[in-house]
Amino acid sequence: MVRLLIRRILLGIVVTWVVSMMIFAATELLPGDVCHAVLGQGATEQSLESCRERLQLNQPMHTRYLQWLGRLATGELGTSLANDLQISDQIGARAWNTVRLAALTALIAVPLAVLLGLIAAIRADSSVDRGISIGTLCFISVPEFFTGVLLVYILAVQLRWMPAVANYRDLTRGDFLEVIEALALPIATLTFAVLAHMTRMTRTAVLNVMSSPYIEQAILKGASRSRVIIRHALPNAVAPIVNVIALNLAYLVSGVVVVEAIFRIPGLGTLMVESVIYRDIPTVQAIGMLFCVTYVGFNLIADVMAIIANPRLRHPR
Amino acid sequence: MSAVIDIQDLWVEARSSGGSFQPIVEGVTVSVYPGEVVALIGESGSGKTTTALSAMAYSKPGCRIVGGSITLNGRDLLKLDQEERRQLRGREAAYVAQSAAAAFNPAIRVGDQVIESTAIHQLMPRDDALREAVKLYQRLDLPDPERLSSRYPHQVSGGQLQRLMAAMAMSSSPALLILDEPTTALDVTTQISVLSAFKDLIRGQNTAAIYVTHDLAVVAQIADRIVVMQNGKVMEAGATEQIISRPENAYTQTLMAAVRPPPKSISVEGEGSDQTDDETIVSVDSITAGYGRTETKIVLQDVSVAVPRGKVVGVIGESGCGKSTLARVIAGLLPQRSGEIYHHGQALPHVARRRTRSVLKNIQIVFQMPDVAINPRHRVREILGRPLDLFIGLSASARESRIDELLELVELPTSYKTRLPGELSGGEKQRINLARALAAEPEVILCDEVTSALDTVVGKAIIDLLKKLQANLGVAYLFISHDLSTVASFADHVVVLYAGRVVEQGPLASVLAPPFHPYTRLLLNSVPELRTDWLDGVVASKAHLDHLGQAVDSSKVGCPFFNRCAVAVNDVCNRRDVPLRQMAQGHTVACHLELDALRE
Amino acid sequence: MSAASQVPSGADLKTRFTPSLIIGLVIVGFWLLVALFGPALAPHLESDIVTDMSYAPAGEVGLLGSDYLGRDVFSRLLYGARMTMGLALLVTLLSFSLGVILGFIAAISGRWIDGLMSRINDALMAFPSIILALIVMSALGTSLMIMIATVAIIDSTRVFRLSRALAMDISVMDFVDVARSRGESLWWITVREILPNTLAPLAAEFGIRFTFAILFISALSFLGLGVQPPAADWGVMVKENLQGLLFGSAAALMPAASVASLTVGVNLIVDWFLSRLGGDVSQELMN
Ligand SMILES: Nc1ncnc2c1ncn2[C@@H]1O[C@H](COP(=O)(O)OP(=O)(O)O)[C@@H](O)[C@H]1O
Ligand code: SF4
Ligand SMILES: [Mg+2]
Repeated sequence: MVRLLIRRILLGIVVTWVVSMMIFAATELLPGDVCHAVLGQGATEQSLESCRERLQLNQPMHTRYLQWLGRLATGELGTSLANDLQISDQIGARAWNTVRLAALTALIAVPLAVLLGLIAAIRADSSVDRGISIGTLCFISVPEFFTGVLLVYILAVQLRWMPAVANYRDLTRGDFLEVIEALALPIATLTFAVLAHMTRMTRTAVLNVMSSPYIEQAILKGASRSRVIIRHALPNAVAPIVNVIALNLAYLVSGVVVVEAIFRIPGLGTLMVESVIYRDIPTVQAIGMLFCVTYVGFNLIADVMAIIANPRLRHPR
Repeated sequence: MSAVIDIQDLWVEARSSGGSFQPIVEGVTVSVYPGEVVALIGESGSGKTTTALSAMAYSKPGCRIVGGSITLNGRDLLKLDQEERRQLRGREAAYVAQSAAAAFNPAIRVGDQVIESTAIHQLMPRDDALREAVKLYQRLDLPDPERLSSRYPHQVSGGQLQRLMAAMAMSSSPALLILDEPTTALDVTTQISVLSAFKDLIRGQNTAAIYVTHDLAVVAQIADRIVVMQNGKVMEAGATEQIISRPENAYTQTLMAAVRPPPKSISVEGEGSDQTDDETIVSVDSITAGYGRTETKIVLQDVSVAVPRGKVVGVIGESGCGKSTLARVIAGLLPQRSGEIYHHGQALPHVARRRTRSVLKNIQIVFQMPDVAINPRHRVREILGRPLDLFIGLSASARESRIDELLELVELPTSYKTRLPGELSGGEKQRINLARALAAEPEVILCDEVTSALDTVVGKAIIDLLKKLQANLGVAYLFISHDLSTVASFADHVVVLYAGRVVEQGPLASVLAPPFHPYTRLLLNSVPELRTDWLDGVVASKAHLDHLGQAVDSSKVGCPFFNRCAVAVNDVCNRRDVPLRQMAQGHTVACHLELDALRE
Repeated sequence: MSAASQVPSGADLKTRFTPSLIIGLVIVGFWLLVALFGPALAPHLESDIVTDMSYAPAGEVGLLGSDYLGRDVFSRLLYGARMTMGLALLVTLLSFSLGVILGFIAAISGRWIDGLMSRINDALMAFPSIILALIVMSALGTSLMIMIATVAIIDSTRVFRLSRALAMDISVMDFVDVARSRGESLWWITVREILPNTLAPLAAEFGIRFTFAILFISALSFLGLGVQPPAADWGVMVKENLQGLLFGSAAALMPAASVASLTVGVNLIVDWFLSRLGGDVSQELMN
């Protein structure tokens, strides 16, 4: 098992490395060079030159790649092309908003989804199950901006229960209640987005386990419903459920970008979108790398837990 | 004395794919008295398992019990609520499933599963239960009983798991034991030890038992009474002796007629009649083959077999010994590592696509699982027409009438031309498979377990058809089977395969008569016979059971059968290469023992 | 995970219309008609400014009021239907052809080619899709063509994985071996033996990819990176009129609700398909 774990972790590192190369290579796809693309037709020779200087385009590609990796590792990301601010400062200022939003959402969505998925699986084909199934189907289908806009329209505009726009910049120092009030709608929107998938996949995973012959055997031993589920089904459902969670925390990464835009939260998502519009490639690369590492990390954790949860691997022959 | 379980006029329905409920058990009556074993027999889908499970007031998802009464130890189960039923399950009645490998929870230690019933129903403290379990293991001849409890299911072999299922069922000393095809998934050599362990246990505890199976010979060993079922109804019920020797019902008589005589009782006239001057069509010479990129998975080692014109060469061995692999190598589906395949003396390319059309035409293959062996999206006309187009080349009208002929050849109505495989039964699909092979007018057909997935009666009809085709068309077969009786009823020449090596081969008569290879002898002795005292007779010589718990060992040094061989010579058999002994014309045995020793 | 145990049988597909299927068909049919004929019936052009009043309430100006520039929301909604659905269909067709062809090639070709293609696919799938799109568009710009190509390629990774798995599952079945032992060509085996058995799950996958494309494109448009104003696209319309929410205008809600209803409709149909296909295959599709 240890060898399997080590192999899996090494694979994670390789994937991260490949991802970093691809992100770096994105700039090399351009016909001219980045500076041409960014500064446009009207750029003077002088501004082009200074831009190239800053991005060190005069050096060979592999040197630049290695330097870029080094800068990523040390956090010395240089200055943005759009303004002269330090990229790392900008990211630092906004990361907390994103992490807080995502973490609070995960904290609510994961237990809720697992619970709903379990209920749906245990009461498969009942009206509760059908209700959950139709509800989740709808939420899978609708875009985040629909949920967001609808929530704002009903709760903030029509009912005036909460502010439609919050001042997220000051939130860093705000007290807990204030934070909750301001983030309630974004969190709700994001929760709906990830909840549905997670619930459905949890249900399938548990149902798969519940249809195994050993579950029938347990029932025929006279095991009560709760014993069947807790002692026989859950230990075998852990690995698939963990996988489901990891997969959906990845949806969270994508969802965050849109939700931040709906509520105009100054987080990494909005920063990245702005940077794309300004063609501020170094910033996009840095944030993209950050998101990807998180994503790969989640998947790695899920795989590791699935390996640990597998009795065949834990107790080899 | 009152019955332990008394099922009267049971009706069970199942939801069909259309959503409506259809009866699957119709008015079945069965009762079992203490110390008695009642067998339910019938083909698959006849309602055996459904009836047996109803004795625990349980029905599979999608099924429901709609009528009758089920009295277990004097209480009518259908009048109990869910909680009261739960209290009975595992305590008063216990269940042994067909596939132990699937019925054990992979995440829980074996011991905890064995004693779980006692824990659920709080019958005794855990330590006592575990101690009792060890005693059960000993009675079931399980190896290393002290430490067995702490293992996980995947750390225990299949035959042992099946015996552990029995221990699990018996741990709470139930009044009724339900055994659902408990030996069907096992090899014959393993089946015998499991069967005798079950029998001892039931006799020892004076337990009532319902034994579900489709195998009459197995039933004869263990049951006191037999209930024959077909399509959810009881056809005939009676004492085992009576059903076996004097079946009254027409369906029972058909079932009995389909049982093949045990190979030992077959006497073949004219020893070694084959070989002499028959022309060899296909032969393999010293084939070594395996799966995977590296050398790790060698499945066939140094295998040589020849198929003469118009003859049947039977290949026999337990599952996983490489029988299918041999067929795949010959068909050009799996390139061999070394060795050659010859067709009329000419070495063939390893891959089918490189072979000439006439070679492809002359070697056809028919697979085991009728469901996956024909493309579910192609109609019968297309399935039969394709080999005609490729190998024969006919005008449109000749093609059409040839398809009709082929359907008639395999005894199917010509109206089946327009059907999709989904609209055929298993036996009919297998006939289509056969017709497709025949369409190419081949010299030899490789038949890989063509009857194994079919019920006995249907399988027998296929064998009869194969014999008829051989006689009329002169086609030869390489007939692969794990069932020695089938091979013995049919083959001219027999090849015995063990762990990917040919341990014995020769004309049918010489293989079935001494001198034997020790493995062949074991196989012959393991095939259950249709008489009630067979098992007791075999087990009287208990020595030969001792080695059978062992898993097949395919180490490359010495004799592969060493760890399961009752007459092995230590330091010789496991160290030195096995010599190939010529017994008589065309009869070879791979064993260190001398001729005299093999003879007794 | 394997569908090898059973080939999904097509016979079941013909049976039993459920209420949710009918609702799905009605919704999708409705939007298809709107996309085809809507712009011809619209009272105004998509870029016409019909009033100097921003966020006029429904009924006062046009059927659904006006947007932030005073354009007719109803007309823009009709144009948006064509734009959004047309783009999504185009992207889905592209991603589907790409994914299915490459997936089948990978499945039937040797270890080496399959390994290479699968690794590349894995690498692309190691990115959260929207992040990958943002990175590509930051480098190549945000033109419509680039967006279409980007979304199609990202989308095709899932099609690739599914069709490769399906083809692999089928290619180990005995009837394929029978064809091989007849000496059939790779082409025959792929087209005549394997392909027909993958059609049902691929049809369901098409629906799933179509909703994904709608959601993805409208999300990009909503972020300002997809369809550019003044063209009417449902995502763009949500973005433009987001501020109006504060004044109680439903101009952003209408296009958002349109996207939602369309995707719910498609998913209802897909769900019906999946429930007919049986567990193994649908799980493969869901993940
Ligand atoms: N495609 C495969 N890949 C790897 N191993 C295989 C494959 N097919 C069969 N084997 C292994 O090869 C051995 C022989 O299999 P097979 O020829 O099917 O035996 P039989 O037909 O006698 O049951 C078994 O150990 C089996 O697990
Ligand atoms: S060689 Fe030895 S171990 Fe092998 S079969 Fe003969 S006697 Fe038994
Ligand atoms: Mg086989």
